Amino acid sequence: MTEQDGYNLRLYVAGQTPKSIAALANLTKLCEKHLAGRYTVEVIDLMKEPALAQRDQIVAIPTLIRHLPEPLKRIIGDLSNAEKVLVGLDIQPT
Amino acid sequence: MIPNPVLREERVDLSGIEKAPTGITGLDEITYGGLPRGRPTLLCGAAGCGKTLFAMTFLYQGAVEFQEPGVFVAFEEHPKDLIINVGSLHYDIQKLIADKILAIDHIQIDRNSIQESGDYDLEALFIRLGFAIDSIGAKRVVIDTIETLFGALDNHAVLRSELRRLFEWLKQKGVTAIITGERGDGGLTRHGLEEYVADCVILLDNRVQDQLSTRRLRIVKYRGSAHGTNEYPFIINEQGITVMPITSSGLAHDASTERVSSGIPDLDEMLEGKGYYRGSSILVSGMAGAGKSTMAAHFADFICGSGERCIYFAMEESPQQIVRNMRSIGLDLQKWVNKGLLSFSARRPNLYGLETHLAAMHREVRDFDPTAVVIDPMSALMSAGIASDVHSMILRLVDYLKARGTTALFTNLGGVKAESATTEMQISSLMDTWLLLYNRESNGEHNRELYLLKSRGMAHSNQVREFVMTSDGIQLREAYIGPDGVLTGSARLAQEAKDKANKLLRQQEIERRSRELDRRQREIAAQIESLKAQLASEEAEAAALNQEGAAREDQLTADRTAMSDSRSSSREDVTPLKPTARMNG
Repeated sequence: MTEQDGYNLRLYVAGQTPKSIAALANLTKLCEKHLAGRYTVEVIDLMKEPALAQRDQIVAIPTLIRHLPEPLKRIIGDLSNAEKVLVGLDIQPT
Repeated sequence: MIPNPVLREERVDLSGIEKAPTGITGLDEITYGGLPRGRPTLLCGAAGCGKTLFAMTFLYQGAVEFQEPGVFVAFEEHPKDLIINVGSLHYDIQKLIADKILAIDHIQIDRNSIQESGDYDLEALFIRLGFAIDSIGAKRVVIDTIETLFGALDNHAVLRSELRRLFEWLKQKGVTAIITGERGDGGLTRHGLEEYVADCVILLDNRVQDQLSTRRLRIVKYRGSAHGTNEYPFIINEQGITVMPITSSGLAHDASTERVSSGIPDLDEMLEGKGYYRGSSILVSGMAGAGKSTMAAHFADFICGSGERCIYFAMEESPQQIVRNMRSIGLDLQKWVNKGLLSFSARRPNLYGLETHLAAMHREVRDFDPTAVVIDPMSALMSAGIASDVHSMILRLVDYLKARGTTALFTNLGGVKAESATTEMQISSLMDTWLLLYNRESNGEHNRELYLLKSRGMAHSNQVREFVMTSDGIQLREAYIGPDGVLTGSARLAQEAKDKANKLLRQQEIERRSRELDRRQREIAAQIESLKAQLASEEAEAAALNQEGAAREDQLTADRTAMSDSRSSSREDVTPLKPTARMNG
């Protein structure tokens, strides 16, 4: 696994809301299916770290940010529409 | 701190709404205290109305004047640009940020880099806002312009419910908030924000009429409070934002009995020898070249000469030109400018609309705090608006100045005939003293005459005076009133010369007659002398005669004695000589 191949993902949530839980579940399912072994997911709870909301320009919850590979991409919502998430993350379905 | 009418204040107290002063001059007056404290206010208007500046002023004044920290949430402008932009109003935002009494949160949403998938909310926005508010203990919040979200996010249903929640949340937070919104077709804002922010709605407007733009402000609604309902003009310049309450507090200004000289001793003579009333309004009307500005300059010179401040609003001439021209009649205005007593405020009437003029004048008067102002000429404002507007503007200006106790001298071009002199704006009724300078044409020349048409509250002179400009300033001459009416100019001079000649003639006649008398007196004296001489000679002759008589008598006596002697001697001694002596006897 090289840096180029690796997906560095961050999921911003605000507490344990149904949307947050759903988003994390959807993301995990999707990544396991398409990016098994070449992704990292960091879950950031803005309730605990509110300052990060400004730093990373987060408005909506949940927000998924693809830090790597470049360029930066954002997906907002509970990620229930897998197709849109794949397009958003620029992942070719396998 | 706000000069509310007492009645209004009571009503506000009854309504129980607490207010947060904006620190914007005039706005706090028409809202009777400011924006509703702890509630959101919608500020809407088309692009370029000054919404952002308005909102920033609210935060800046809050932080500086009222010790209320504020958060500015910028959706549109980058903080750097924002700081530079309001720097033009001398707002040092960077210092406030460093002092932690102001925070700017820039929310950047790039539609192209956002993909929506499934359900979401704007909880992060709340968290950010809450974090910013809590970090500096903010009492004021500005959200500029939240409608940007509608362009960035597709799910408007979510957006709407979240906005509703946001405004509720702001209320719960207890912050006084301004939400700006772009003016939309058919509604106050493009996305109907007025539905959510219902406590107070302020509409800004920038209208162009006759190629002049005027900014106006209107309070569309203010729940739970009385407020001014008119459209109020406002201006934005280096000193910030000023809203101009149109309606004055009413005719309740104090009337001073103190007098102030017109700067022309001869004119003061006509005004009971004391001049104008302090705080009154004086209109000087006249045709072109009648000497209106000169009269105004005299007044300004007197005010400054007594150590008071004066603003000279010059609408047609540049200050340098006025200073130069007034030197020719011996007035040095520059020295007062240098001393900081005289402030020239020169601007073309068509530079901006009437309202803006008025607002600018208000502000200058407020800042300079003069005891007298000169508006020269008021008629120039005609080009900045239609007659009724000019009238209402002058009315408000007069009211404002009277309320401050500032003596105001207006000049006005017009007034062709003394009998039918009505100013175009019918403003003479607003004035306390009205001087008409009139050019009378006769004998191939025109001469200046001064009519004191009215001066309220004093026994003023009704005489027409001739008005002469000398190198020592204006002087009033007694007009010559003869059988042919009032004589002025060379006709008066001719009459005066004629009078002088007559006087000379009379004087010569008297001299001639006194010389004649003198001569006759001297003649009589001479006669007396000669008679006296005659008398003396007569007396001398008489004396001689007496003497001769006496001598002859003596001789006769002697002869007789000799004869008798000889007779006696003939008998004894006769001499031949004796008969001769006898013959002589």
